[in-house]
Amino acid sequence: MELQQVFDKMVEILKPFVKDPAALANADKDTHLIDDLKVNSARMVDIIIESEDAFEVEIDDDEADSIETIGDAVRVIMGKMDPVANPS
Amino acid sequence: MDSRGVVITGLGVVSPIGNDVGEFMESLKQGRSGVCFLQELAELKFSCCIAGTPKNFEKARERHFNERQASLMTEATAYAAVAALDAWRDAGLEIPEPDSPVDWDTGAIIGTGIGDMETIAQRIVPMVNDKKVRRMGSRIVEQVMNSGASAKVSGILGLGAQATANSSACSTGTEAVAEAVWKIRAGLAKRMVVGGTEGPSPYTWSGFDAMKVLPRKFNDRPETASRPMSATAAGFVPGAGAGILILEDEQTALERGARIYAKVAGVHVNCGGQRNGGAMTAPNNQGVRRCIHGALQDAGVQPKDIDSISGHLTATFADPIEVQNWAKALGVAPGDFPLINSVKSMTGHCLGAAGAVESIAAALELHHGFLHPSINCEDIHPEIAPFEEKVVRKYTDYPELQCLAKASFGFGDVNSCLVFTKWNA
Repeated sequence: MELQQVFDKMVEILKPFVKDPAALANADKDTHLIDDLKVNSARMVDIIIESEDAFEVEIDDDEADSIETIGDAVRVIMGKMDPVANPS
Repeated sequence: MDSRGVVITGLGVVSPIGNDVGEFMESLKQGRSGVCFLQELAELKFSCCIAGTPKNFEKARERHFNERQASLMTEATAYAAVAALDAWRDAGLEIPEPDSPVDWDTGAIIGTGIGDMETIAQRIVPMVNDKKVRRMGSRIVEQVMNSGASAKVSGILGLGAQATANSSACSTGTEAVAEAVWKIRAGLAKRMVVGGTEGPSPYTWSGFDAMKVLPRKFNDRPETASRPMSATAAGFVPGAGAGILILEDEQTALERGARIYAKVAGVHVNCGGQRNGGAMTAPNNQGVRRCIHGALQDAGVQPKDIDSISGHLTATFADPIEVQNWAKALGVAPGDFPLINSVKSMTGHCLGAAGAVESIAAALELHHGFLHPSINCEDIHPEIAPFEEKVVRKYTDYPELQCLAKASFGFGDVNSCLVFTKWNA
């Protein structure tokens, strides 16, 4: 899966958790989930679970804790995906 | 004007006989049963395979919530939230924007009897046992905490005076009204969103089925199963739903020109202490009578002033005892006994929601001047026979109706009684 595809899919996953949809429309890799998108920090675990399901990966708690921006999430997910099946 | 006056200005209901106040009132008038056969209960080998549950709730839910919002709530919270927002609008109030200022003058008390067994049984227990705690997500706590419904409603409406849930078994909904009245009278709130809710779940009903307190022989004719005051009453029909009332101090309601359904003139709550024949599952009759007395005294009315009783009346062996307790508490002979009916004859027993749903029926009866029939008691119980002509078995126009007493009793030997009076502007 291409990096852009992972990014776009993450944006889709984030949609229901974001208080201000306009902020998500202009998001880039540095967009902060809590500070910029106003995601309720309690819901981060739900975003992790939905990401695990969507990308068929497993994200452990320490990796989850390292995710602050959309770029962080994309990085963690890309690192988990099978490089053969996902040569990009 | 009564400086301690508390009035009802809004009603919202999700019930086995209607998911809005109009449909609910029409069903009450028609004597329409909301009890149905549930295949799921038969497959689970329940003895009682019937229940009174809200029908086509999705349609009511869509008035306020989309599918995703609903998927994050338990059934009990969704029932309460829909009923609360309906009641809020019914009171002529605007549902605020999410970033509106906090309404420090309004609070919520929305109780539940059993809590959300469905989430516990379907998600928590299997996921913990399967070692999948990290896959449970963030919503479990807010879904199973007993204050989940009041928390949801207070969040939507921005309520700041209080957000809590009471729990006193089958007395919960009625007790919530009493608690809210005290809060308003104490000057701690001008308005309260109050009531009870109970979700439908075999896991909730299983314990009652095991106790053999549910009817076993009406699975093929569910609409006749809930038979309060009948000689052939064979147990209460389990139910689910939510009832929410908007209570306001009289002055606030009058100042904003609110439509007033009725006045909550008197309230009382007590416990029989499980003494003198009282037990976990049976009332101390002295406690019941003291509770009724207390509500009358609080309302400043005499027994002869009570025109009608909305009983607890669940269709168990306790019905004749309840009627006797009312007669003794009021000190009246059968000929002078008030008219009496049971909402549960149509809805079944909505447990923690029952008292609130029945208080809504009471408010509608006073406001519109009628009494609903108590169905399925053609064969009156022999011990209630002396009171037979006082049992309302047909829809009755009653424009003179001025004063109605409503009581609920519950496991733990707990009692609550409300006296409603007609609002005569």
